[in-house]
Amino acid sequence: MPLKTIDEINEKIREGKAVVVTAEEMIGIVEENGPKKAAQMVDVVTTGTFSPMCSSGAFINFGHSSPPIRMTRVWLNDVMAYAGIAAVDAYIGATELSESQGMAYGGAHVIEDFISGRDIRLRAESYGTDCYPRKSITTTINKYNVNQAYMFNPRNCYQNYAAATNSTDKTIYTYMGTLLPNFGNVTYCTSGQLSPLLNDPEYRTIGIGTRVFIGGAQGYVVFEGTQHYPGQERMPNGTPVGPAGTLAIIGDMKKMSTRFVRAAIYEKYGTTLFVGVGIPIPVLDEDMAMKTAVSDRDIYTVIVDKSGKTSFSQRVSYQELRSGYVTINNRKVPTAPLSSMVKAREIAQLLKEQVQKGEFLLTAPAERLPQHSEPLNRLEERGN
Amino acid sequence: MKKEKVSLTFPPSKITFPLMTLLVRNFDLEVNILHADIHLNKTGKLIVEVSGEEDSIEKALQFINEQGITYHLFNGTLTWQEEECVHCGACTSVCPSRALSIAGPDFRLTFNKEECLVCGLCIKACPLRLLHLAHRGNETA
Repeated sequence: MPLKTIDEINEKIREGKAVVVTAEEMIGIVEENGPKKAAQMVDVVTTGTFSPMCSSGAFINFGHSSPPIRMTRVWLNDVMAYAGIAAVDAYIGATELSESQGMAYGGAHVIEDFISGRDIRLRAESYGTDCYPRKSITTTINKYNVNQAYMFNPRNCYQNYAAATNSTDKTIYTYMGTLLPNFGNVTYCTSGQLSPLLNDPEYRTIGIGTRVFIGGAQGYVVFEGTQHYPGQERMPNGTPVGPAGTLAIIGDMKKMSTRFVRAAIYEKYGTTLFVGVGIPIPVLDEDMAMKTAVSDRDIYTVIVDKSGKTSFSQRVSYQELRSGYVTINNRKVPTAPLSSMVKAREIAQLLKEQVQKGEFLLTAPAERLPQHSEPLNRLEERGN
Repeated sequence: MKKEKVSLTFPPSKITFPLMTLLVRNFDLEVNILHADIHLNKTGKLIVEVSGEEDSIEKALQFINEQGITYHLFNGTLTWQEEECVHCGACTSVCPSRALSIAGPDFRLTFNKEECLVCGLCIKACPLRLLHLAHRGNETA
């Protein structure tokens, strides 16, 4: 039996009586009082992350022109958007590159420009039909003159991620940043003890329908994210030692802010989107108090060779990664984060204030995320 | 007295050439090695700060050139649009001098201009493109 239900916690939030702390504050509270007492003291723990999340994008409905067009090909500021859906709907993906500027501008920049309210050049083509006779249109759109515009991110909030290094004698350019030769550096990319799914490692409270903070707006978890892999090896505290669970998230892009959504370019890789996500976790019982008190000391990941040339793999804690150096082959190697702790803390703090003020209520999942799985399928070359 | 930051590229055939000693002995320069990446039979890189008479530095550079060693003068300064920075830390992964660093407890990016070699590696490592090279005398930040 849980100590309290989500309904009871929401009642406290509405009355302004809920005790809300960030996942980092929870570490000290549980250390000092033990999980049992902490579960009685604290109602909600807020988490946050601000990381490059490639599997992000947005659906936009442009509205109908006169005469109307069934857009078959769409470009936003010269970045192609997917238009193989209804007449004036399109999906702009974060990693799609500009046809005129290449890696200097991509779908992520279109999204950032849209959120900041700038005009975006829309160019669309069609073959023309009896019901949609128009064959092309060139105009501008912005967040004030389109209909729905919602971010729909198939994979966000990776529950842990492998850290990266490079064994070869040449610099390599990856989505994990620039990796220097001969194990010259290590990059890593989670907010660790503040990360949403590392604070609810068994997905007890975060599930389909969970209300979340995304990009400054309120959105929802709509499904397990792509490549959701709960079957990853885990530590006794439940946290996985490599990439595991993921979330598909939706949110109203018109309500977002560039304070929490930023376009990014990784040299010789391409564009991606920094997405800020925060999830409040209800402290239902002693177990959730324990889980939300997890610290970088107790969260581990693996360092892998991103050149793909070796099967190098070394387990490391986030405490070690955050210290600035790790030891590889008896050598001190500098580490660098790619995920912003400053922003993750800003999100967790803001979410804490929103819950305290009763502006953000908690939701019970309509359905839990899968908790077990077989290893992910591989793409084989079939039928040749 | 003048100070210059210089990047030197040694071809594999010159990797054992005692250039630093000669700069001190023959040109009366003070040499401070800031970064070194030297391996036998491979192209080597050195970043050094030399100080001495302007005339001596000029002659030394000419001497370096005559040895088949290429040099590049860092005659700019790095600027950082701090107010736009999200403090992700990607730039710190390539900074050889740790002029750009990010550390606990606050994990905010700090930029120590004095330590900066102006090597420019961070410019393309910044996902938001907030680091720029400004030329000397045209400093904006």
